[in-house]
Amino acid sequence: MRATRAIELGTGLFVLLGFAALFFLVTQITNREIGFGDGGYRLTAGFEQIGGLKEGAPVSMSGVTIGRVESIGYDFTDYRAKVVLRIDRYYDRIPQDSDASIFTAGLLGGQYVGIGPGGSETFFKDGDQIEFTQSAIVLESLISKFLFSKAAEQGAAVSAEGAK
Amino acid sequence: MTQAQRLDAAHDPCIVRIRGLRYGIGGRTLFDDLDLEVARGEVTAFMGPSGTGKTTLLRLITGQVRPDAGEVLVDGQDVAGLGRAGLYALRRRMGMLFQNGALLTDLDVHENVAFPLREHTRLPDSLIRSIVLTKLHAVGLRGAAGLMPYELSGGMARRVALARAIVMDPEILIYDEPFVGLDPISLGVVLRLIRELNDALGITSIVVSHDVREITAVADSAYLLSGGRVLASGKPSGLADSDSAEVQQFMRGLPDGPVPFHYPAPDYAEQLFGHLSP
Amino acid sequence: MKPLIRELADRALESTLAIGRYALFTGRLLAETPRALLRFRLVVGQVHNAGALSLVIIMLSGLFVGMVLGLQGFDLLERFGSEDSLGTAAALGLVKELGPVVTALLFAGRAGTALASELGLMRATDQLSAMEMMAVDPVRRVVMPRFLGGIIAMPLLAAIFSMIGIFGAQLVGVQMMGVDPGQFWSQMRGAVEHDDIMEGVIKSCVFGVACSAIAVYEGFHAMPTAEGVGRATTRTVVISSVVVLLLDYMLTAVML
Repeated sequence: MRATRAIELGTGLFVLLGFAALFFLVTQITNREIGFGDGGYRLTAGFEQIGGLKEGAPVSMSGVTIGRVESIGYDFTDYRAKVVLRIDRYYDRIPQDSDASIFTAGLLGGQYVGIGPGGSETFFKDGDQIEFTQSAIVLESLISKFLFSKAAEQGAAVSAEGAK
Repeated sequence: MTQAQRLDAAHDPCIVRIRGLRYGIGGRTLFDDLDLEVARGEVTAFMGPSGTGKTTLLRLITGQVRPDAGEVLVDGQDVAGLGRAGLYALRRRMGMLFQNGALLTDLDVHENVAFPLREHTRLPDSLIRSIVLTKLHAVGLRGAAGLMPYELSGGMARRVALARAIVMDPEILIYDEPFVGLDPISLGVVLRLIRELNDALGITSIVVSHDVREITAVADSAYLLSGGRVLASGKPSGLADSDSAEVQQFMRGLPDGPVPFHYPAPDYAEQLFGHLSP
Repeated sequence: MKPLIRELADRALESTLAIGRYALFTGRLLAETPRALLRFRLVVGQVHNAGALSLVIIMLSGLFVGMVLGLQGFDLLERFGSEDSLGTAAALGLVKELGPVVTALLFAGRAGTALASELGLMRATDQLSAMEMMAVDPVRRVVMPRFLGGIIAMPLLAAIFSMIGIFGAQLVGVQMMGVDPGQFWSQMRGAVEHDDIMEGVIKSCVFGVACSAIAVYEGFHAMPTAEGVGRATTRTVVISSVVVLLLDYMLTAVML
């Protein structure tokens, strides 16, 4: 009978340890709290360009994560990307004239939505739309813009010289 | 099976009947048109040289293998015609002692003997304990209940296996080579147990062995099998009086005779020197 | 030319037969599962054999795999100046890939061989036939608890492996290489999703079924000789390893 007890004890410890490890993995190495999807409220925002934004990307204010991107779709009424944000219910005092921008974390990092607070006295509630948005900066267009402006400068310089 | 047949079977003086049995394995025919009968309540022995398929015959009787032709009737039921459930029901009425005991190595002696009870009944622990102790007492190993199989000698393991084989109170008890590798004392114990269990429990015993002396001592009747046929049958003491050369060779243990000393081979001189001749 | 073609045809037929036998046997095991779960005490004993007894080797291996990940990951990420992502790299590598796969390989070597040789020896010493003779189905009484014990143990072992591995990577990265501990954990938390962990759990469950089925199949069908048992254990390790890596690729491709 002793041997069986030892086996049961060992097995019990093993199973406990296994589940503890699983619990550790689920809670400690991911950011998403359990049941996050249930609480909070939704905001929508339209963007001209969302770049590499993905579902599940963080929504942050001043660097504090306050929610996640819930879904991304395309809106054919105004031909823009429609991004649904789920904001944690603790952050329920975001001014209604706040703006949303898409930023990149680091040079090669993932993209996230940053909320910049406005000055309004009224706050966002479930289903509201964020009016002021700034699109993601796409590196290629940035570079081409830079090159074009350089070329334009040079062109201007050349024509100025020609006028001399 | 109808009620009448069942009654018939119960009154049949023979509990096992084998008729026209044919069985082959890997292209070799082991039995061809074999007829056998085992009388109820007696100790019947199957003897024969190694390789004659004595153990296979036990497997046929217990339904572990199926015959190619013929029938094996155990208590009136054709073993080959039984489904899994029927076969298991039949086996619950049989006990079998394997050559090396085949005790379950991860259970102690008590649990080994209790195993069939735990698997097939819902008896309370206390009752199982007393049944197990009774059976262990019958084989003289009540004191070994707490040992593990690896702590037992060969003879003891066989006796524990015997206790396990009788724990469900079988009607037929089958012994596969019960005398192999036992010292004289253990041999005496096993011989006595076979006889006593048979008479005290009123069961039928089938013993497979090639040990002539032991069989003569314990069996009520014996079959001598060789080459897939019955060479001789009857009282074991009478077998030695047979005038068949094959029977004589086996009963007396002569190295050469109708069963040749040499395995079939090409001519000796031919094989040794054949390549020298032009 | 004829014998070669014939040989190939025979081999193909033999392999197909073997796969068929495996599939049928696994199907039978899965069909018996609900019934076997009722006798949970038997399963518990086997969770002990397959899981608790493999714990030390799993934890030790997890620690060292994690530490190597810490070193290699640090060296690689430092070249891009992003050693802060070490936690992410180690956690994703462990949870999604190394945890399930290395655990399964170790499981095949530790628990799989033990299962196969135990069943093979039971076959060789007539214990399985004895059960048959006692009207006890050895598949139900002996094979099923071992099969289920392996399936239960595998995901737990993989989780333990991953957890210890992350600590191992942390040990090397943070304590030895000087990665900022806050960055290590927060970057990891920011990047690892529940789906990643689910991927690892699903993988290890599938590996658990595969490795357990292979071990009990090989053991149960071993030739009843010393050589047969030896061959069964070897085959268990070889087949399990190949099947695990094959399944790993397919599962990764499906879940990516």
